[in-house]
Amino acid sequence: MSGNAPLIRLADITKTYGAGQAAFKALRGIDLEVARGEFVAVMGPSGSGKSTAMNILGCLDIPTSGHYTFQGVHVEKLSRDQRALLRRNFIGFVFQGFNLLARTTALENVELPLIYRGTPTAVRHAAARAALKQVGLEGWEDHTPGELSGGQQQRVAIARAIVTNPIVLLADEPTGNLDSHTSLEVMELISHLNRDNGITVLMVTHEPEMAAYARRIIHFADGQVDNDAWQQQERA
Amino acid sequence: MLWSTLMLALRAIRRNLMRSFLTILGVVIGVAAVITMVTLGNGATKSVSDQISSMGSNLLMARPGQRFGPGGAAAPRFKLADVEAVRAQISGVAAVAPVVGSAATAVYQANNWSTSITGTTNEYFMAGNWEIANGREFSEAEERSGKAVCVIGDSVRDKLFGQQNPVGAEIRIKQFSCEVIGLLKAKGQSAMGSDQDDTVIMPLRTVQRRLAGNLDINMIMVSVAASASIDAVKQQIELLLRERRHLSDLEEDDFRVLDTRQIADALTGTTRILTLLLGAVAAVSLLVGGIGIMNIMLVSVTERTREIGIRLAIGALEREVLLQFLIEAVALSSLGGLIGIVLAAGASIFLAGLMSVPYIFDPAINLLSFVFSAAIGVIFGYFPARRAARLDPIEALRHE
Repeated sequence: MSGNAPLIRLADITKTYGAGQAAFKALRGIDLEVARGEFVAVMGPSGSGKSTAMNILGCLDIPTSGHYTFQGVHVEKLSRDQRALLRRNFIGFVFQGFNLLARTTALENVELPLIYRGTPTAVRHAAARAALKQVGLEGWEDHTPGELSGGQQQRVAIARAIVTNPIVLLADEPTGNLDSHTSLEVMELISHLNRDNGITVLMVTHEPEMAAYARRIIHFADGQVDNDAWQQQERA
Repeated sequence: MLWSTLMLALRAIRRNLMRSFLTILGVVIGVAAVITMVTLGNGATKSVSDQISSMGSNLLMARPGQRFGPGGAAAPRFKLADVEAVRAQISGVAAVAPVVGSAATAVYQANNWSTSITGTTNEYFMAGNWEIANGREFSEAEERSGKAVCVIGDSVRDKLFGQQNPVGAEIRIKQFSCEVIGLLKAKGQSAMGSDQDDTVIMPLRTVQRRLAGNLDINMIMVSVAASASIDAVKQQIELLLRERRHLSDLEEDDFRVLDTRQIADALTGTTRILTLLLGAVAAVSLLVGGIGIMNIMLVSVTERTREIGIRLAIGALEREVLLQFLIEAVALSSLGGLIGIVLAAGASIFLAGLMSVPYIFDPAINLLSFVFSAAIGVIFGYFPARRAARLDPIEALRHE
């Protein structure tokens, strides 16, 4: 992999749902490049196509047309299982609704991606504990989501996303279900992961305060990139 | 991968303990029913064949029959000479006993009991698998002179003597009194349901002279030596008797030679068919149990759509999700099979006791039922598992 090639490159990506009269164009030609180590916030009104774009970026979906290269690999040409392997090995997901397994301990939740990687049990336990420690949940390993606060649950979800040491963290409104104080804590955690661990972060958000943590903000409107701006100010 | 998938499946089962139990109830009952039916059926078959062998193993019974055709009079009875001829001319014979039967009332003090009297020789005890529990067999002198002595069955002892020792006592039969010299060991019911112990056995000559009033023999009992072929001996006896009774080639047999093995085969064949039938009915309930598992697994897939979405999003392959749900179904149904086997053991032992048939543990049917229950998990778990594996992760994650 050449050092200067962008990690992610979207070239004239379109996504159309349905066909004929009922066809709906969610994305109308997106061009985007994201380099390794960036922290990008994606904003835009509902229906602007940002979630569709995130699904494509996360290799959960494939574009109707256009090219998506991830680390030089043409994702749109991959099979369902090949995309699953890509997600497994390089991408971490954080969702608005946490999406933890109910009645399953924090440790087991964090271990889940490693189970699919076939990591040996002892290594898996150690890695999951380390990830929980990193998100500040040392001592909460045996608690189930029901016994954790929203902020704690989201931190478990972040631990699950980073336990595999992914290249990219995709966060879809990670603070959407949290109060403002907890939101800031979670954002601190995410920007820490970006700054200190070098994880590339792509985050969808509605809230400007959260977007302010990013160094680059992309605005979506009507299935197109409306504005793509770099922020100068750095948070301490 | 397989091991961790198995652990995942077991964890999912443990998380829904109550529902898991209800899910497998169908398989539990199905497996238990199949094993119990087959075990009880085998026990019944064993009990029937035991009763038949208690009549005497390798036994042939020759009886005079009816002669058909014009002027068909009753066929002539056997005489003692026929018995001697069988003994002398047939090879592979372990014991030959003449039998004369009669019915009479036996009286002892104030008790009387109507029973069957058999006149025969000591060889009858051997051919009929009788054992003397108390006392002795007939002496040669008693047989030769037709002395009034008898060996009685356990039921007769019970009716006439209660708990008293009958040996040495005198019982009255018709007009004569008769000394009890032996008591037979109890054998219980015959395969046909009659009480084999309700019998009084006397020397042949005693019965002929004092009860029958003639020298006829009703039946010749032949015990075939273990080394000889029953069919061959039977054929020889038939030929010999035809010759002795001067039957031409055109005439049919005017006697019949019955074979206990034939009776045994006919009776055990019946119980075997019944066992098969009951087992098949029970197998249908096992199938219904499998459909129950499929039903719950489908509900489970719908309910856990979000979970499946998460798994797919973090990189689970289609076949891994398929395998997880398949293993879950197989684990559930095998668990049901195991519980069913334990339940069947308890039910079989209890019911076998109630029906007084022996309990025989049959490893084959237990293993077969277990394998079948696991197979049911694969068959009925596949469809729900495939549905789970083919979910679209985006849709699944959005599912509430």
